[in-house]
Amino acid sequence: MFAARGVSKRFGAVRALDAVDLHLDAGEVVALVGDNGAGKSTLVKVISGAVTADEGRIEYDGVPVQINNPHQARSLGISTVYQDLALSENLDVVGNLFLGSERHRWAVLRKIEMERAARALLSSLDVRIQDIQVPVAMLSGGQRQSVAIARALVGEPRLVILDEPTAALGVEQTAQVLDLIRRLRDRGLAVLVISHNLADVRAVSDRTVVLRLGRNAGEFRTAETSPEAIVAAITGAAAWPQ
Amino acid sequence: MATVAKEIRWPGRSASRPTRRGDAGVWPVVGGLVAIAIVFGSLNGHFLSAENLTNLALQLAATGMLSLGIILVLLLGEIDLSAGSVSGLCAAVLAIVHVRQGHSALLAVAIALALGAAIGLVHGLMFTQLRMPSFVVTLAGLIGWQGLLLYVLGRGGTINLPFDGSIARLSDTWLPPWASWLLVVLIVGVAGTSAVLNRRLRRGAGLPLPPLSRPVLRIAGLAGLLCAAVLVLNTDRGVPLLLVIFGALVVSVDLVLRHTVFGQWLYAIGGNAEAARRAGIPVTRLRIIAFVLASTLAAFGGLLAASRLAAVNQSSGGSDTLMMAIAAAVIGGVSLFGGRGRAYAALLGILVIQSITNGMLLLNVDSSIRLMVTAIVLAVAVAIDSMSRRGSRQ
Repeated sequence: MFAARGVSKRFGAVRALDAVDLHLDAGEVVALVGDNGAGKSTLVKVISGAVTADEGRIEYDGVPVQINNPHQARSLGISTVYQDLALSENLDVVGNLFLGSERHRWAVLRKIEMERAARALLSSLDVRIQDIQVPVAMLSGGQRQSVAIARALVGEPRLVILDEPTAALGVEQTAQVLDLIRRLRDRGLAVLVISHNLADVRAVSDRTVVLRLGRNAGEFRTAETSPEAIVAAITGAAAWPQ
Repeated sequence: MATVAKEIRWPGRSASRPTRRGDAGVWPVVGGLVAIAIVFGSLNGHFLSAENLTNLALQLAATGMLSLGIILVLLLGEIDLSAGSVSGLCAAVLAIVHVRQGHSALLAVAIALALGAAIGLVHGLMFTQLRMPSFVVTLAGLIGWQGLLLYVLGRGGTINLPFDGSIARLSDTWLPPWASWLLVVLIVGVAGTSAVLNRRLRRGAGLPLPPLSRPVLRIAGLAGLLCAAVLVLNTDRGVPLLLVIFGALVVSVDLVLRHTVFGQWLYAIGGNAEAARRAGIPVTRLRIIAFVLASTLAAFGGLLAASRLAAVNQSSGGSDTLMMAIAAAVIGGVSLFGGRGRAYAALLGILVIQSITNGMLLLNVDSSIRLMVTAIVLAVAVAIDSMSRRGSRQ
């Protein structure tokens, strides 16, 4: 469905990405792993339009597309959940879900319609929040992560990118967020998860793509691969392709 | 959905919250007002008289208007220190155009408000384009516009507005009893109708309904409060037009803040400007608009002050006007860090401050004591607010 081919990006003398390939399919969770500085963030920024690539092309349903800014990415159906969640802590759950895409007639907010849509969205994702009219500052870390992920679905995207979705969470909340990621896959979305945590990667992803020093360093069916093989690809202990 | 829907129970934080919104709301301020009324009422029998309460209503409109404008900027997490000077300068320009140059009052008002808007635009552009901190921009405004006020007033220093002119009459106009009662009926009727409609729409959309007692109590409380105010004011000169204008602006700003996209975006920027920017909200444009509105409301406040004094002089908008306007917003529950507070803070806060000022003057207390008491009230209001929020954050 989505493919990046031969993507390269330089920052001055640093070659952040060097002819990287990545393809993503609907109904599949792909984990993007790699050490610090491997180019994960840069690749995600290229896909989400925050950074433009120097070389390479991006195809959507086999058609070459241009992604020059976040707005273009969003209108193509690519939605990104940043690591810092980018929530307005003082607004309630409904306000955050529709942040920047509020439904309105003339200038007046359609609060009831938004609340109904919000409740429908949250319950379809099986996210339980007792009172969706409290400021999100009062929610737990897992709930906030869920709100941020649910917000990514408001524009009906086809590809959702999650940047370190479990980094700041405890054990129970991590399990809840991983459940939520599986539900995104079951909705037929393509999901790209960036993670440092190999246990999470094994738990949730169908395929694991490894970057090392800005290049592709391995691609595995997660269920058929040992953690040692993935670690070896990340650290460069194993040559690839073998 | 292929997965079996699994019951997820979030580690609950919400069960034992003190209040729904996580802050103490307006009740501490209302309690403070009752305490002030009891204390000054018992110390001086004149404090709660209809005549004095009418004077109080006249006194609070001008500074309250400044406070209302400052709230718009505070909601963004910024500050406007220039409101006092801007109000004085615009009032002076109003007087010059109207009295010295003999143009009509309407034209003079339009020019004064336009000047306020232009000053706000300058502040907004300096803040967003030159990326100067709003504190510095408006501090320069505080000093500079005060200087310009002295310059345009010239050596005379004072311009009197004709007592029977339309500007001075603005603060000497009173609603006849039938008009004020009609206004009460209209306000309560609109509030009641919108509550019924909202409930019906929520039921139609299948959304959970709050207990019926809440809207009923709110409407009944509103009706009781308005009736009491009109009853008291009517035994003196009637409901002052100034109070109606101020009240109407507070209600309008509150409706805009809570029910329009513009208001939602102001709160969003105040909560997390970077998140708002990433969500595609035009942050720069909204910041400029907020500064323009703040200075325009300040100009309007200056107009009301000039109307009440029937003059503009070198101390117009000076001395403690600005500090009282900011203190009123904070006492009313607006956060200096942005994103939290409502337009009603202007009304409640200025009511507290003006009651103290008024009561102290009645008791013939020196203004040194008045300033210290106001400071204590400000500190206590902020302390109560931050304590109640810390309690709710756990």
